[in-house]
Amino acid sequence: MGVVQAKRDYSLSGPENKRALESGLASAEWYASPIPRKRMKELMKRKNGPAIRDTVIWLALLVGSGLLAFQAWGTWLAIPAFLIYGILYASPGDSRWHECGHGTAFKTPWMNEVIYQFASFLVLRPATPWRWSHARHHTDTYIVGRDPEIAQPRPPVWRIILMEIMHLYAGPKDIKRMCLHAFGMIDKEEKEYIPKSEYRKTFWESRVYLLIFAAVVAACLYTQSILPAMFVVLPSFYGSILVLTFGLCQHLGLHEDVVDHRLNSRTIYMNPFFRFIYWNMNYHIEHHMFPMVPYHALPQLHAEMKGDCPKPCRSTWAAIREVVSALRKQGKDPAYTIVRELPVSAQPYRYKPIPVEGGNHYARAMD
Amino acid sequence: MQEPWIEVCDSNDIEEEDVIRFDYGSVTLAVYRSDKNAFYATNGYCTHERVHLSDGLVMGNIIECPKHNGRFDYTTGQAKKTPACDALQTYPVKVTGGKVYVRIE
Repeated sequence: MGVVQAKRDYSLSGPENKRALESGLASAEWYASPIPRKRMKELMKRKNGPAIRDTVIWLALLVGSGLLAFQAWGTWLAIPAFLIYGILYASPGDSRWHECGHGTAFKTPWMNEVIYQFASFLVLRPATPWRWSHARHHTDTYIVGRDPEIAQPRPPVWRIILMEIMHLYAGPKDIKRMCLHAFGMIDKEEKEYIPKSEYRKTFWESRVYLLIFAAVVAACLYTQSILPAMFVVLPSFYGSILVLTFGLCQHLGLHEDVVDHRLNSRTIYMNPFFRFIYWNMNYHIEHHMFPMVPYHALPQLHAEMKGDCPKPCRSTWAAIREVVSALRKQGKDPAYTIVRELPVSAQPYRYKPIPVEGGNHYARAMD
Repeated sequence: MQEPWIEVCDSNDIEEEDVIRFDYGSVTLAVYRSDKNAFYATNGYCTHERVHLSDGLVMGNIIECPKHNGRFDYTTGQAKKTPACDALQTYPVKVTGGKVYVRIE
């Protein structure tokens, strides 16, 4: 891996894509912590129980907070009530979209598919394109020119981060793509990872989404109120603060262009409520290294491999501080990267840190 | 002339409803033992991305890619779930004298 000095092209069809393909970084074989096969089989085993329980609790919380918000409409109490409803709509929507997209949350495939489609609509992500986008994210995690889900380039664009507090960058982008799909067109970037055999499904899914949008608009016009949209569609904007918070903490500040998830992903110890709405994705190194381990088994997987990983961030707040600090440093020096020490029990990285003046550290591949 | 049978392992080296990796020259295979004690072999890499299927989970007749959840029926090689779209190549397998053999054609 070379030291990053200049602004890079993060598009999937530019020179960085060619470079990643030529250097062997694309579709590479990644480091995996040594876990006995028997134990891995236990950890990968599918269950319906935990996901059914968690889905029932989630939907009950969503309906309950929605009723409270409805009662509070027209008063100042509506602000916190809708904030709670929006967070319970968007954040678990994001994590359920994610886990069910991996096909691991439930044992029964149709349950994963139903919740995946439902949650995709909640977070306004066209279901099929995002399934393929996320598959690429797992193939080429934070490989520049290959991964369509790199949250921020280097140097970071703070305007986009601020817009994403209300989902005002990615949300409109996805709605624009839905409109293209509805007319039988695919965005240029999407063509890089969606096979043609999936186009038809993509077009019909977006048409259904747009029909639902139209129904919500019609309901608003009929009732002469924005209230229907406050329950459907708008929560993915006004309730997205935790989606952003968790999303920023997954990889930012860490390495690009390395084939070891211990260097480019972040595991965080979170409180039980956050873990519930995030479905244990705080164990992000574990998830990326072994993506077929269901969310409910990630704490056990963490126990198996923590001796081979850098120390987790001790809290969500600690992770946010680490990320913001790194992004600020990358604003001045795009090559800045957090380097985390491994415990003595770990297999060493295939990369070595290079101390430089000012305390920044870069990593490059061992010769 | 047919290709010779190549010894893979003892039949007990593969647990029921499990898979192992078998490398022969430049070829990598996945060799399976089903929950009905039958043996099968396919190409060792997922057809979606170059990921070893031997790290995946066997569920009945299905092998799941350990990275992207693509699924195949390993008895026929047929792709059953995206992102796997193309079938796996399958190979003849026989068990003789407690040994598993495969013919790489």
